[in-house]
Amino acid sequence: MAKIDTSFFDIGRLDRLAQQHTPVHRLDPRAKLLTTMAFLLAVVSFPKYEISALLPFLLYPIVLVTVGQLPVGFIVQKIVVVAPFAVMVGIFNPFFDREILLHLGPFGISGGWISFASILLRFFLTIGTAFLLIATTSFHGLCLAMLRLGLPKVLTVQLLFLYRYIFVLGMEAMRVFRARALRSFGKRGLGMKVFASVVGHLLLRTLDRAQRVHRAMLSRGFDGEMRVLRPLRLTATDVLFVLGWWAAFAVMRTYNLPQLVGTIFTRALS
Amino acid sequence: MSHHIVEVVDLRYSYPDGTKALKGLSFRITHGESVAVVGANGAGKSTLLLHLNGYHSPQHGTVRIGDYPLTKETLQEVRRTVGMVFQDPDDQLFMPTVHEDVAFGPLNLGLPHQEVEARVTAALERVGASALKNRAPYHLSGGEKRAVAIATVLAMSPDILVMDEPSSNLDPAARRRLINMLKSFQHTKIIATHDLDMVLDLCPRTIVFHHGKIAADGPTEEIFRDEALLEACGLEKIQRLQRCPVCGN
Repeated sequence: MAKIDTSFFDIGRLDRLAQQHTPVHRLDPRAKLLTTMAFLLAVVSFPKYEISALLPFLLYPIVLVTVGQLPVGFIVQKIVVVAPFAVMVGIFNPFFDREILLHLGPFGISGGWISFASILLRFFLTIGTAFLLIATTSFHGLCLAMLRLGLPKVLTVQLLFLYRYIFVLGMEAMRVFRARALRSFGKRGLGMKVFASVVGHLLLRTLDRAQRVHRAMLSRGFDGEMRVLRPLRLTATDVLFVLGWWAAFAVMRTYNLPQLVGTIFTRALS
Repeated sequence: MSHHIVEVVDLRYSYPDGTKALKGLSFRITHGESVAVVGANGAGKSTLLLHLNGYHSPQHGTVRIGDYPLTKETLQEVRRTVGMVFQDPDDQLFMPTVHEDVAFGPLNLGLPHQEVEARVTAALERVGASALKNRAPYHLSGGEKRAVAIATVLAMSPDILVMDEPSSNLDPAARRRLINMLKSFQHTKIIATHDLDMVLDLCPRTIVFHHGKIAADGPTEEIFRDEALLEACGLEKIQRLQRCPVCGN
C-alpha cells in the first residue's frame, strides 16, 4: 500500500519542480510544448532499426535537466516505473526477427534485438522529455498552452479537472483498498468479486463528488466559460528557443551525426 | 444593498425518491445576524443550505435573499449575494493553484483583471493565507484548505455567508483560528454545524432542525439549556454548560 501512496505524492513532486525559477522555467509554456512536440515527432519518425542517429537527441533532455536544475535520479526513477510498458511492446521482437544484421566479433546480433533496443531508447527519450516538460512547465501551464494553441476548451478543462482530482481519487482509492486489506485475512476478500464492487463504489463516489464540485462552481458564478487570469506573452527568447531547437532537430533527423563524426575520424586516421 | 436579510416562508422540499426533506420552514434572518442551524444528521440542514444559494429551487413556499425573491431570473444576483462555503474544501478548491481558485469567482463576475487581482490579494490576506498563493490545493493541510475555501467566497464580496460544517476535521488550534476569524466578519452568517461549542462562541441565535421542521428558534443560551429539547432533536448539552460532575457547581 505504501507504494501507491508514495507514487501519488511523486506526481505532485513533478509539479513542485515546475515552481522553480530557471531560464527554462521562465520560457513560455507554448514554446516548450511546441519544441517538445517537434522532438517527439522527430524521434518516433526514425526507421525501426535506428539507434546511433537517435543518440544526438539526448542533447535536448540533457539541456533541460541541467539548465532547469532538475534531479536526474528522480526523473530516471519515474521513467523506470513506466518502463514495463515499453518492454512489453518490444520484448517479442528478438523472437520473431532473427535475421542477423550486425556482427560484433564472434556474436551475431539479430534485427529483433536491435529494434528492441531502438524501442527502449525511443521510449526513454520520449517519456523522459514528457516528464521534463511537466517538471519545467507544470501540468497547468501545459493545459494553458494547449488552450492558447487552439485546442478545444472542453478538452483542456477536462484535462485540468482530471489532474486536479486524480490525487483526491487516488487517496480515496488508497483508503478503500487499505480498509479492505485490513479486513481480509489471507486471500479471502482480495478476490476479483470484491475488487469489482470496490471499483463500482469508487465510481459512485466520484459521481457524487463531481456533483458537489459542480455545485461549488455554480455558487461562484460558473456559466460554462472557464476564464483564465494569467496572460501568456511570447518573447524573443521563446521564439529563438523554438526555432533553434527545431533547426537542431531537423539536422539531427536528416544526418546521422555519430556516423558522420565516425567517418570523419576514420578518414582523418587513414 | 442595505438589507442583507434571508427570509424563508413555508419552504417544502421532497427529493425525487419521495423523501420529504423539508416540511414547511419559516424564518427570517436580519442584517448582520449570526445564526446557527443545528440538528441531527438528515434533519434537513444541508437541503436548506442548497436552497439559499439557489441550487434547489423551492417546490413550495418562497426564499427571499436581500431584495430578491429566489427565481431563475435572480439566480446570478442571489449567488453573488450569498457566499457558500461547502463542507469538503476539496470540492470547493478545483483550480490548479490557490490564486486561480480565489480568482475564479471574481472572473466569473466579469470584473477587470486588476480588480480581480486586488480582490484575490485582499481575500487571502483576510484569512491569513497570502503565503499559499501559488501552492496547489492538494498540497495544503486541512486548516489551510478551509481558510482558502473561505477566501474563495470572500473574494466575491458577498453580503451573506452560508457555511456547512466549517469546523469539521480541524485540529483544535486551527478550529480556534477559524472561530476567531469568523467572529471578525461583519457579514450576515448562517452556519450549519454539529459543533455546538463553536455555536456558543459565534452565534447569538440558533435554529434547531428536527425531521425537516424547525423545532426551536431563539437565543442560543436559552436553547442550549433546554436539555429535553436537545435530546429530542438528537443533540447533547455541551460540556461548558453542564455542571461539574465532581463538585456539582
